[in-house]
Amino acid sequence: MTAVLYAVIYAALLVFGVSTVVRAVGYARAPVHLRWELYPVPHEPSERLKHGGSYFEISEWWTEPRRPNLAAEVGWMAREILFLKGLWDANRPLWFRSFPFHFGLYLLAGTGGLLVVAAVGSLAAPAALAGTAGLVLRGLYRVTAVGGFALVLVGSAGLLHRRLTDPTLRTYTTPGDIFNLLFFLAALGLVALGLVARPVGSPGLLTVTIGLLTFDTGVRVEPVLAAGLFASALLVAYIPLTHMSHFVAKYFTYHAVRWDDAPLRDNGKLAAKLAEYLTYRPTWSAAHMKADGVKTWAEVAAANPAEGARK
Amino acid sequence: MRERPRLSDMSQRGREPLIHLENKDLMPLPASLDDPSKERESAPLSAQTRERYECFLDDTCAVSVPRPATKEEEDRLVAAFLAGLEKLFTKENNWTFLQPLLLTMEHCAKCQTCSDACHIFEASGRNEVYRPTFRSEVLRRLYFKHVRHGGLVSAWQHGDIELNWPLVARLIELAYRCNICRRCAQTCPIGADNGLVAHELRKLFSQEMGIAAKELHETGSMLQLKAGSSTGMSSLVVKDNVEFIDEEMTEKTGIKVETPWDVEGADVLLIHNAGEILAWPENPGAFAVILNAAGVSWTMSSELAAYDSINYGVWYDDAQFARVALAHARAAKKLKVKKIVLGECGHAHKALMVVADRLLTGDLNVARESSLTLLRDIVVGGRLKLDPSRNDFPVTLHDPCNMVRLMGIVEPQREILRRICPEFREMEPHGVDNYCCGGGSGFAIMGGHNFPDWRFQVAGRKKLQQVLTAFADCLEATVPKYLCAPCSNCKGQFRDLLAYYDLWERHRILYGGLVELIVNAMTDVKPGFIEWEWR
Repeated sequence: MTAVLYAVIYAALLVFGVSTVVRAVGYARAPVHLRWELYPVPHEPSERLKHGGSYFEISEWWTEPRRPNLAAEVGWMAREILFLKGLWDANRPLWFRSFPFHFGLYLLAGTGGLLVVAAVGSLAAPAALAGTAGLVLRGLYRVTAVGGFALVLVGSAGLLHRRLTDPTLRTYTTPGDIFNLLFFLAALGLVALGLVARPVGSPGLLTVTIGLLTFDTGVRVEPVLAAGLFASALLVAYIPLTHMSHFVAKYFTYHAVRWDDAPLRDNGKLAAKLAEYLTYRPTWSAAHMKADGVKTWAEVAAANPAEGARK
Repeated sequence: MRERPRLSDMSQRGREPLIHLENKDLMPLPASLDDPSKERESAPLSAQTRERYECFLDDTCAVSVPRPATKEEEDRLVAAFLAGLEKLFTKENNWTFLQPLLLTMEHCAKCQTCSDACHIFEASGRNEVYRPTFRSEVLRRLYFKHVRHGGLVSAWQHGDIELNWPLVARLIELAYRCNICRRCAQTCPIGADNGLVAHELRKLFSQEMGIAAKELHETGSMLQLKAGSSTGMSSLVVKDNVEFIDEEMTEKTGIKVETPWDVEGADVLLIHNAGEILAWPENPGAFAVILNAAGVSWTMSSELAAYDSINYGVWYDDAQFARVALAHARAAKKLKVKKIVLGECGHAHKALMVVADRLLTGDLNVARESSLTLLRDIVVGGRLKLDPSRNDFPVTLHDPCNMVRLMGIVEPQREILRRICPEFREMEPHGVDNYCCGGGSGFAIMGGHNFPDWRFQVAGRKKLQQVLTAFADCLEATVPKYLCAPCSNCKGQFRDLLAYYDLWERHRILYGGLVELIVNAMTDVKPGFIEWEWR
């Protein structure tokens, strides 16, 4: 049974990793689109960023060297990723549900990382973790785990409650949306319950992590915790297959769309990509398109559908 | 008719509209328009229109798609839609917007944060059909079902919808109930873009099915590519008209005004929205006065399409968009100018400076700049003698979405106004958080059937509220007030919107561009450049 649990966890992590990479690569390999930015763009210098301005506010902007304000962009990202700043500004009632949910997930991800560190430490240098360092590490992951489980459960319950009771959302809510939130509640609720209710001395998260790293099938995980871990593993595998993989998408919607203000001027790499796109052969059927699947995009753009009428 | 339409209603057969708006449903307006019973009723569509065209989304009709004569014709149109839908998601056909479209299709969390940002949704009294996600969710469900070929699991996860002709016909109209101002996209926590969805749907209908609003395509981009301008003016006619404007400006200002044409090697190729030349001649006239007085080396071009900066393709068709942008760039290249400067036209700014940037490859990537920065440099640089007391009347500024939220040109126009208009006051919100005038994405020039009623009562309602609020302390008709809109399409909307609600007569609210205020403040010019008369 323990072997099956380990296999499922490893498989889930693999599915998560591969699916996330495949999704990210898919978006990254999509052609560079026409510019479609939205202001404010946070890598503008602070004197322009404060009012949402762009380099278009400078006369002959192309003569000025571009110096992206990376500090401001990183600060913006940090506020958005960690605290969902945009949601705080635009939809406060949702923020009170969504923020705990997302921040709880960060804490749980952090818990996972700390557990791996603690497990590797216990295996590689048990003496080092016997003292204060071990105490701190264990204290830390316990805090992040408790905080994480509490926040995710509260957040997902809040989101589910909103989705079930707000008539506005009813039109747009699918069974899958309800299932997703229930899945979070059930999987993480079971893990939390398993941890709280397990007998003293029975394997906890650190023991399971060490067991996972060593594939020690002798670890006897209590049934409720095992069920929770099993469900959580499935959840981890499931997330990147759904719209909940917006942690991947958000990088692109922000960096590749909203904030992509890179001009073509003096950008040889971009010019090379565009040269390739202009050789694509569109097949749109409307008569004015003059796209027959033979003409390239550049030829279609150069054609004048009103040419006959002009003569 | 349901109180709250559902997505599945889009496929509903029958010719009854999904929704009907009453004045009492609409967002309340401030004084003096705060009594809904006194607001003009929207004219109903005629029985003949309802019979001949597919107008069964709401109370109006923007595109006028003829009713298919047979079931076979309906099936053919649905098949064409499906073919277009697939093409929309291939890089060969839609490399231009594929990435943002995929991101929007696959990652909306359906949280409805965007809804509160949409002026049309709010103004309609939060009518479900106008919710930004309503349209997007229809396309999303079609995408997962017909492009990704999702089965039952996909339907369970993403939702299902029946594809039939009524749905396609309603979707054609629904694509023209969005100003594409992208205020919704600005607030999306994920970065999904419902404005892009409207854009891409219009593109599908135009590029695959040959269906678009007549004012954008037939008498818009096609006429521009045929005659040189969507106004129908040939190069000879436009030169004649500008010569007349020069004469009038000379008389009005007391200084000699002459517009240079086709000057090779000029620093600036100025491209106006040609609508200005016909509808608001004082605007290109004021530009000529300012540029001549400031000693700018400039010219206009009489090349095909190069004397009209409009590019309606930016709202509905990538090919038409690229064709016009290329014409603008070629004209500049031919004249060997240092840069193109765009006059007061928001969509022309965004089209040529931003969206077309990655289409203007090689030496066609001519430098392009906003007139607002050039004007700011002239005014702030002290190149004109200006007397702000000539503009001593309340002035507020409308931020054209294309220039501000979509380009980040926020401050130059304000630097000018703060310098020359002592009674300048902002609308709230403003800058990148502004509201569309309601004429965006082509609505300002679309006037079929009763569409103008919808454009004013719904699309323009939020802006109307903002204007009245900005002037709330001086609404009396004895105080002339100026609504500055440095954009031709916005001005078109304001002209019609203010007239619709009779705000010139009631409150003496006049609208106009930015250059008119500058010339009005020029001490070298005879006083009274701005004529307080309704036109």
